[in-house]
This record gives sequence, structure tokens and C-alpha cells, in this order.
Amino acid sequence: MSKGSPISPSLMATKSAGATKAPERADRAADQAVVAADLAAASPVLGPNNVVPPTVMTGSQAIVRSLEELGVDDIFGLPGGAILPTYDPLMASSMNHVLVRHEQGAGHAAQGYAMVTGRVGVCIATSGPGATNLVTAIMDAHMDSVPLVAITGQVSSGVIGTDAFQEADIVGITMPITKHSFLVTDPNDIPHVMAEAFHLASTGRPGPVLVDVAKDAQVGQMTFSWPPKIDLPGYRPVTRGHSKQVREAAKLIAAASKPVLYVGGGVIKAHASAELLALAEATGAPVVTTLMAKGAFPDSHPQHMGMPGMHGTVSAVTALQQSDLLITLGARFDDRVTGVLKTFAPMAKVIHADIDPAEISKNRTADVPIVGSVKEIIPELTDAVRTQFEASGTPDLTTWWAFLNNLKETYPLGWTEPDDGLSAPQRVIERIGALTGPEGVYVAGVGQHQMWAAQFIKYERPHAWLNSGGAGTMGYAVPAAMGAKVGEPDRVVWAIDGDGCFQMTNQELATCAINNIPIKVAVINNSSLGMVRQWQTLFYEGRYSNTDLNTGHDTVRIPDFVKLGEAYGCASFRCERDEDIDATIQKALEINDRPVVIDFVVSPNSMVWPMVPAGVSNDQIQVARNMTPEWEEED
Amino acid sequence: MSRHTLSVLVEDKPGVLTRVASLFARRAFNINSLAVGPTEVPGISRMTVVVDADGDLIEQVTKQLNKLINVIKIVELTSESSVQRDHILVKVRADAATRLQVTQAADLFRAAVVDVSTDSLVIEATGTPEKLAALLSVLEPFGIREIVQSGTLAVGRGSRSMSDRALRSA
Repeated sequence: MSKGSPISPSLMATKSAGATKAPERADRAADQAVVAADLAAASPVLGPNNVVPPTVMTGSQAIVRSLEELGVDDIFGLPGGAILPTYDPLMASSMNHVLVRHEQGAGHAAQGYAMVTGRVGVCIATSGPGATNLVTAIMDAHMDSVPLVAITGQVSSGVIGTDAFQEADIVGITMPITKHSFLVTDPNDIPHVMAEAFHLASTGRPGPVLVDVAKDAQVGQMTFSWPPKIDLPGYRPVTRGHSKQVREAAKLIAAASKPVLYVGGGVIKAHASAELLALAEATGAPVVTTLMAKGAFPDSHPQHMGMPGMHGTVSAVTALQQSDLLITLGARFDDRVTGVLKTFAPMAKVIHADIDPAEISKNRTADVPIVGSVKEIIPELTDAVRTQFEASGTPDLTTWWAFLNNLKETYPLGWTEPDDGLSAPQRVIERIGALTGPEGVYVAGVGQHQMWAAQFIKYERPHAWLNSGGAGTMGYAVPAAMGAKVGEPDRVVWAIDGDGCFQMTNQELATCAINNIPIKVAVINNSSLGMVRQWQTLFYEGRYSNTDLNTGHDTVRIPDFVKLGEAYGCASFRCERDEDIDATIQKALEINDRPVVIDFVVSPNSMVWPMVPAGVSNDQIQVARNMTPEWEEED
Repeated sequence: MSRHTLSVLVEDKPGVLTRVASLFARRAFNINSLAVGPTEVPGISRMTVVVDADGDLIEQVTKQLNKLINVIKIVELTSESSVQRDHILVKVRADAATRLQVTQAADLFRAAVVDVSTDSLVIEATGTPEKLAALLSVLEPFGIREIVQSGTLAVGRGSRSMSDRALRSA
């Protein structure tokens, strides 16, 4: 039976190097990927595949032992009745369990951990409300393809279906938002289910897998042995691109005069940044990186056009609109990128490479579909392009570049100073990025601050930018930053949060302070649900229905973020003037013995530009309110 | 919209029917009928799903189904290359005066009378949806009391076995 080889081999790369938590460089990760791919080809069971002879133990001991054998180092969770048996052997384990204050925090922390390390993030909760509190994070991981294993306790199998205390059908509830899920009622199933869960989460298109374990399966005796046999006859992800399709793609690239590399988060998931750089330079084509792909290609590279989509750069959006060939790599034609689909890149042929066959031709029909891992496809495509160029000549992109460079110079990202005397939020975020540098990890919530963090921080490496892209989960930043800091403790981790988002999950500051997880939180405090307010300004005649949060300048300041940060044991500052921004950031960068919270008081009137209003073509991009670029330089 | 018949081999695991059915619901795919049962291979069930979808959409349906971990193989069966049958039980009003006419009508459709009472009959019939519709229109004047109908079952013509090939390649 062929199980297929893992689609994102480098997920396992960092895993094999998991013992050390040193920051990983992209090139190192790439080397390890080769080794890991070999390892993984030998066994679909994650971890070192230690041989454990049959040993009698309880189901809960088997859960903990399986996690250890799978190479797990860190877990985020919160105990409760139905998972209590498993928390007992966990106490004796060498694994680091981080006790969160709310299960949603455990889920997002596991996501943040997975996003910076490439390893599977693990969270644990009890049955019923514990499990349902994980739902948002599971859905988030599903939308953004994050390798996550969620372990939940379930009531004893004998009372399942009786509306027992804290019973919830979490397998049923999460069915549409998991890659797969298991309900375990026999303790003997635990080792193979755990191995299968980790295999599913980390290979192919990564995603969340739920393992729901009935209490009697945790308490019952079983015989543990390792490695278990993985039996998934219906799971055979394809990693290698079809070579004929790759050659077809190369032909299209050689024939195109306006090609664009449309790069999505799949390139980061597959650890294929180095490969992408080689392809970009071989083709000479402009590169756009989606919100999920920031850092997959260096922002400073002259071929980088920026981020496409609703709040993308004029150069990136226009490159796609004017293109005659989209070379789509690990992206999925999300509506926030395409705008009105039928008007998106109307002249372009489409090459679409993705690990998930269902993404190909889902929204936009591909002329050349290539199913496989971009880690394997990109180098083959690069070779094929070089061969093709040798045969048919290197395409002349001079006119294309003249057009794009003109756009880039004419419409750079920027902001106008607020008219109310308060700081521009964009400046705060830009300074955080500039003073921290490209090795920092930047984790955003959802809204205006997220877009500004995507626009004004310069990303030079993958696994530096974490956000909730598909789901748009407010409250992602603080717990995800916590998870990222646990995964890569040597990097500076910033949560760039909004005053609305921050109030959704800031209880995890307690977890950070107590467990020595010194994240830095920049609350971009515009005293409102800023992105909603922006839409109210633009599309609802400035009727600000329920968007004022009273946290900022000239308000009652409830809560006072400085006092709140202090109450949670964090170093806490308020910054209200432009001239204090740099000094405050520097002060935060110097503190590493506890978390830092900074209340950056900014203007509520700043808006995210450029913007493509919802429901119109990307050609209607506005660089500022009611200002559309001049298009006469179009050829 | 055109009609497609998909044969889907699945692992016989708890929840697999829910996974398939809820996939159709959440992706807004139009399900016309669904029939499921065991196969000649222990642990493997076979679903026959009839879907109303146009070209691009049926490709999405197939791809999304394939993403379900418990789905092993999907084959689209065309009407030319397969045998497709629905199964129906109809309770018809039939007293001493009309019973003979009803049973004669049933005979014409090679349907069987499987239950008789003083004022009704239960007729069992198998066939294509068109044939069963014709049977129902003939029975209608007598007074139809109840109808219960299965989803379409389909099997490819010829000697090849879907599960055989699926398990060999799996």
C-alpha cells in the first residue's frame, strides 16, 4: 500500500532538528529538508521511530508516550474532567506543557508555534466547553493550512450520546474545519491514531487534526508498542509535479511577455523560499507575495512588487491585472486577492502549482495545472525554464519592467499624517519593524493594524510574519505570539495588535508572564474597531455604529492597557507622541525578563490604502479616498 | 445542470456517511440521491452518489470528496458504461374491484406484489428512474398511499471490479 511521501518534507526537517531550538535560517532548513525527506520516505511516523517493545500501560500514558515518541517538545493546554487522566502522566513527562488561561489561547499558541518552526503544533483541552473553545483556532488553522493536532477529552464511551455533563460532539462540530478527526474509544487505538494524526497534519496540504479520546479509553489498559502501523488507504498526497506539465509551464513562461509569479503561503509551508528565489531570477519575472506569503521572497528584492489584493500595492495589483501569465505557486485565488473573479487578470493564462488538487481550477481555471509540492515543483520548473530559454531564447521583459517600475515609483506605499495631531499608526508599525529587524517575528491580529503590519514591516525571510489570513480571527496575535516565542525563544517576537483584538485574548499575558515567555505586545490603539470604522467612513456615510471602544486618546480608557499590562506582570508603557516612538520601542527591545505591553495611542482617522473596494474589479484600486491611479502609461 | 453518478469507495468507519453528506451541504453541491452499503471487501463500503452539477463543478465535487481521508476511490459511471437502478416500494389502494387491474399494471413493469391486504397492495419495482416514473403514473389513478424509494445503485459493465483495482493501487 503506498502512503505517499510527505508533501511538505521540510515540515519534518525542522522536526528532525527539533531537539535544538536555535533559530533556523531558511537555507539551513532547506538542507535539512533533504535529510528529512529521506527519513520520512522511510516511515510515515513522525519522530525518530524508536522501537518500543510491547508494554502494558493506560491509555493516558499511551497518549503521553505517543507524543514523546512523535518528537513533541511543547504542548499548550488546559485540563478539565474528561482529560484529567492524561494530565497525570503528563506531569512526569519531559515535554513542556504550557498552561493557558483559555483554550482558544492554546489553539492559537499551537498555531504560532507551528508557523515559526514548521513543526506540528499541539493543544489539549477537556470535553464540552473546553473543546468548543478550541473551535476558532481549529477553523483558523484549517483556513491557513497550519499543521495542528488538537487532543480533547471526551466523556466515557458508555455515556456518549446521553447529553452527559460536559459532553459535546466535538468530532461532529469540527468536521467541516478539520483535515480529519478521530474519536478514540479503545485505548489500543491510541498509538496508531496519534501517529496518523501527526502524519495527516504535517504532510500534504497541512491542516488541523482532532483526536477526541473518551475518558474510559484514557483510563483503560492497553499494550503500547512503537512505531505503530499507519493505515490510511485513502490518503496518498502527490508531491512530485508531472514532468510533462512542468515542461508545458516552461513553454508558457518562455512565450510570455508579461509574466508574474503569484506566490502564496504554500511556498512558506513547503520551505521553498530558496527555490523560489532561483526561479524568480531565472525567469526575471516580477513576484507578488500574498498576505500569507510575506517573507517567502525578500521585500528588498528588486523583482518584488509587493502584496496583491484588497490592500495590496498598486504595482502588485496592476502586475496581476495586466499580466499575460500567472505563475501561481501555493496560492489559491482567494477573493481578497482577486476582487471580482471574472475581472481578475483577464488577459492572463494560468499556471497553477499546488499540493491540493482541489485548489486547482476551483476559482480560476488553470491552463497548466501542476499538482505537487512546490518544494519539488519549483526546482524542476527552474531547470525546465533554463532549458526552454536556451532553446527558444530568453523573453524580453523590458517593456513590462518599464511599466511596472514606473508604477512602483509613482505609487509607493505611504501614508498621510492624521489631522488630529495624534500619531500615525503606520509610523509606529514601520518603526517597530525597522528597529527590530528582519530576524524578528511579527504576529498580527486582524484589521487595520494587520494590513499596516503587512505593508510597512520589511520581510526578508520566511516564518517571520504570522497572521490570521483566511479566517480573520480577531484575538489571534497575543496567543500566537506566545506560541511563536516558545517555538523560537531566541527571536524577538512582537504581537502587533489592535485595541479591539487585544481585548479578546489578552488573558494569555498571564501565561506569558508566569512561564517566562517574554513577548512584546504593541497595541495600536485607535480606540475603535478600526477596519470596521474605515468601512463605515467610506461606505456608510460615517455612521459609526458600535465601533467606538473608548480605549484611546481623550476617552475613559477602559481598560487602561498600561494598568492591565502591569496587572499581568508585564512591563507596560504608553506612547502618545511621535518623538517617543523610537525610544519606547528601544526600551521594549531591551526588556527580556518579562513580557512588554505598549499602548501606542494613535489616530482613529488613519485608513488603510491602497484599497480595492469590495465588489469591484481590481482595476478600481484606490490609492487614497476616491483617488484611482492614472492609467495612461498603460501600453 | 447535468446529472452525474459517482461511485465512491470508502473505509467503513464511523462518521464516514456524515463526512460525505456534510461535504455536499457545506460546499453547496446538489445531491440527488445517495445509497450506501457494504462491498465484497470487508471494511470497505461503496456509496453511489447522484449529483446535479455542470462540468467544472463535478470536478470540484470529485476533488473535494477525494480530500476526505476515508474516501479511497471515486469513479464516475456514465449511463452507457454502467447499469444503474433505483428500487421502489409503492403502497397502492386496491380493493376487490381494482386489484386485478393493479396487478396487471405491475406485471407490465415486471414489478412484484409483495404485500396484499383487503384494500391495498405493496408493489416492489426496480429500474431506471424513467421506468419507475412511468410505473407511478400508471398506478396513480388507483390511489397511491405511500412511496419509499432507494438511492440509485450503479455498477460498471464488463468484468472489471472497482474495489479490486482500488485496493491493488492503494
